[in-house]
Amino acid sequence: MRLLTRMGANRGALAGGVVLAIIFVMAIFAPLIVPIDPMATVATPLVAPGEQFAFGTDMLGRDVLAGIVHGARVSLLIGLLSTAVAVLIGVTIGAVAGYFGDWVDEVLVRVTEFFQTIPSFIFAILLVAIMTPGLGSIVISIAIVTWPPIARLARSEFLSLRHREFVEAAVLSGVRPLRIIVGEVLPNAASPLIVMSSLMIATAILTESALSFLGLGDPNRISWGYMIGAARTVFRQAWWLSVFPGLAIILTVLAINLVGEGLNDALNPHLKGRSSGDK
Amino acid sequence: MTAPLVAIRDLTVQLPKGSDRDRAIDGINLDIPSGRILCIVGESGSGKSMTAHAIMGLVPQPLRTTGSVRFGGQNLVGLAPPQLRSIRGRRIGMVFQDPMAALNPVMRIGRQIEEVFRFHGVPRPYADRIETLLGHMGLPDPNLLRQTYPFRLSGGQRQRVMIAMALALDPELLIADEPTTALDVTTQKQILALLKQAQAERGMGIMLITHDFGVVAEIGDDVAVMREGKIVEHGSVADVLGNPQHDYTRLLISTVPRLVPRSSVARDSSAERLLSANGVAKTYSSRSGPFGARRIVPAVQDASFALARGETLGIVGESGSGKSTLARIIVGLLSADKGDVRLAGIDRNLLTLRNRELVPVRRRVQMVFQDPFASLNPRRTVFDIVAQGLLAHGMSRVDAKRRVLELLDLIALDPSSADRYPNAFSGGQRQRIGIARALALEPDVIVADEPVSALDVSIQARVLELLADIQRRLKIGMLFITHDLRVAAQVCDSVAVMRHGKIVEMGPSDEVLFAPKSDYTKLLIDSIPGQALFSARRRRGRV
Repeated sequence: MRLLTRMGANRGALAGGVVLAIIFVMAIFAPLIVPIDPMATVATPLVAPGEQFAFGTDMLGRDVLAGIVHGARVSLLIGLLSTAVAVLIGVTIGAVAGYFGDWVDEVLVRVTEFFQTIPSFIFAILLVAIMTPGLGSIVISIAIVTWPPIARLARSEFLSLRHREFVEAAVLSGVRPLRIIVGEVLPNAASPLIVMSSLMIATAILTESALSFLGLGDPNRISWGYMIGAARTVFRQAWWLSVFPGLAIILTVLAINLVGEGLNDALNPHLKGRSSGDK
Repeated sequence: MTAPLVAIRDLTVQLPKGSDRDRAIDGINLDIPSGRILCIVGESGSGKSMTAHAIMGLVPQPLRTTGSVRFGGQNLVGLAPPQLRSIRGRRIGMVFQDPMAALNPVMRIGRQIEEVFRFHGVPRPYADRIETLLGHMGLPDPNLLRQTYPFRLSGGQRQRVMIAMALALDPELLIADEPTTALDVTTQKQILALLKQAQAERGMGIMLITHDFGVVAEIGDDVAVMREGKIVEHGSVADVLGNPQHDYTRLLISTVPRLVPRSSVARDSSAERLLSANGVAKTYSSRSGPFGARRIVPAVQDASFALARGETLGIVGESGSGKSTLARIIVGLLSADKGDVRLAGIDRNLLTLRNRELVPVRRRVQMVFQDPFASLNPRRTVFDIVAQGLLAHGMSRVDAKRRVLELLDLIALDPSSADRYPNAFSGGQRQRIGIARALALEPDVIVADEPVSALDVSIQARVLELLADIQRRLKIGMLFITHDLRVAAQVCDSVAVMRHGKIVEMGPSDEVLFAPKSDYTKLLIDSIPGQALFSARRRRGRV
């Protein structure tokens, strides 16, 4: 609760939160808000934004507004899912490396570095192409290219917490390593990890858009990146086809970043306040 | 008497709402005379450091300072920052507690001192002045030292450099905030002597903030005792220490640990041998990268001792003596290179056991840690913290709850504490929770690593009493690691003195501490601050 009030005091985070909430509502209730199939032809192609279609139609006569609203589902879904998978991989590897140290650490750090040396977007393209484009393959490939920074952060947090006295006390009490990692260390390492993952959602949405732009998106689902990609041939005749989905991406990413920064500000004084709050 | 160097009137620093009190400093009046050393003594949170910061205009931003601090005809409170800056460093010098943090690690010593001159517009050249200054501070090879980076210096040497910087422009007042707290006793003695000598040579005033009455007795001319932002007593050191007026001063003085033989507890010499260590050795080697050169530091060399049931063995030494490393090896947090550690009832060398085999051993050897803040997980309740070992060894939550309540009773904490988080407790209470955690598994041996050194003296005494009481009742063998010989004298039956990883002297504490054989032990005892005054008082008291 205190976290929420502290974030509310940060105007940027508040604005970001409101925008994000609207986008979420839009994604969840998409079929109710715009009960039009975004893949269906509903009018003549390339109608400019106006009374009938607020955002116009594309070259196949599909409603752009419907595309934006329904596309939010794919963007958010992929952003959340791929971040969740990346955090799972990254925290596991980072925690094990940082907690056990020694040769385990040595090996895992090399593996992490191996993944980091490959240019991530090219790697993502390659993975999607190999696995055939689809929701699952996009989520997996984004997760695979984004976990290393999380792993490095988790490792450094665990390294410093590993030799804290309360962790050593748990070791001496006979608590099992897994319980120590999950129950003692992880909660104390959570703040920076949460902040970083929140920002990673934004990166994942951008990566998904870029993949879809290149035609590597899920062909059965409309997404913002796909819409821009499809519109690039008529960019000079029909600006609305790329501008509206572009704005949607910018707004979402900006909102997530603002919320992430707000989280960062709200969680960090918490760490400082712990010692000053003592009597 | 001449006009005071600094006259503080009604100085108040307001704390933000929701703090544990309204004011950090509460309307204090104090004169700092020139040519004398004024000590400000108080426990943590008494406002003594804040007073120093208020004089320098260094009170953290949102806090408001009112009242006046008159220094040479100017009121320093509310003075414009540029004017304050020209006073700081030139007319008022400062020395802080942590010499490790106060020097820029990537700047040569000479350059750092040079900055003081440059900032205050002293014309070049500086080289000779800096070398003379460093020479005055008793630092070897000033010429070489000027070109050195801070990491090559010991803590004591760094503090000397800090004092050199503070004295560079011959200030009228030197403010030293706990200048020796981070240092070993032997170094502390040297630094105090240096301060005293510098004061005598320059005739300046010194305001020295400390928590240690020993330091006051060693160096002070006057003393002001602070408590909760107020000055409760102020007078000459001889008066205040010899005849304290205020109850709080009396309490503080009486709780200062002294090097006195403890009322001999009749010990059962036939007590069962509980733990023994033989030839334990540990060498740290670090490599910079897989191909870098190895750096080898022997941390513990050939350490041997034995501990009987109900006995307290003190391991004393200065920082870097290897005493903590030895403690960690004994409890199994660190592996040793060599040696043999045996626990009664287990017919194996503990150092050769694997992690899984160690689990049953570990419940018999528990540890109490130094830092009451770092040793309790801030995100778990007291129940979870104390019960973690019980639950890990398969006790049911209901039984664990009952046991935790017993333990809380033993350490004199309210049963309702079980559901609270560590941040609801003071340092002393936290340390008691740490003791309860160590006792939860009913260990035979407790290794206490500097269990009271992070606590105020008045709390130290209570925690030490609790430990001694529990140990007597439960017949636990205790390995007590400390840097403070006075504390060791209070609680230990026998003492081992460590230096550079070796045990240089070991025996019953009455012999080691009061009739030391090794020169190093003698030096350590001789370095305890305020020895002369306190022992004189004791002698007088006895006559």
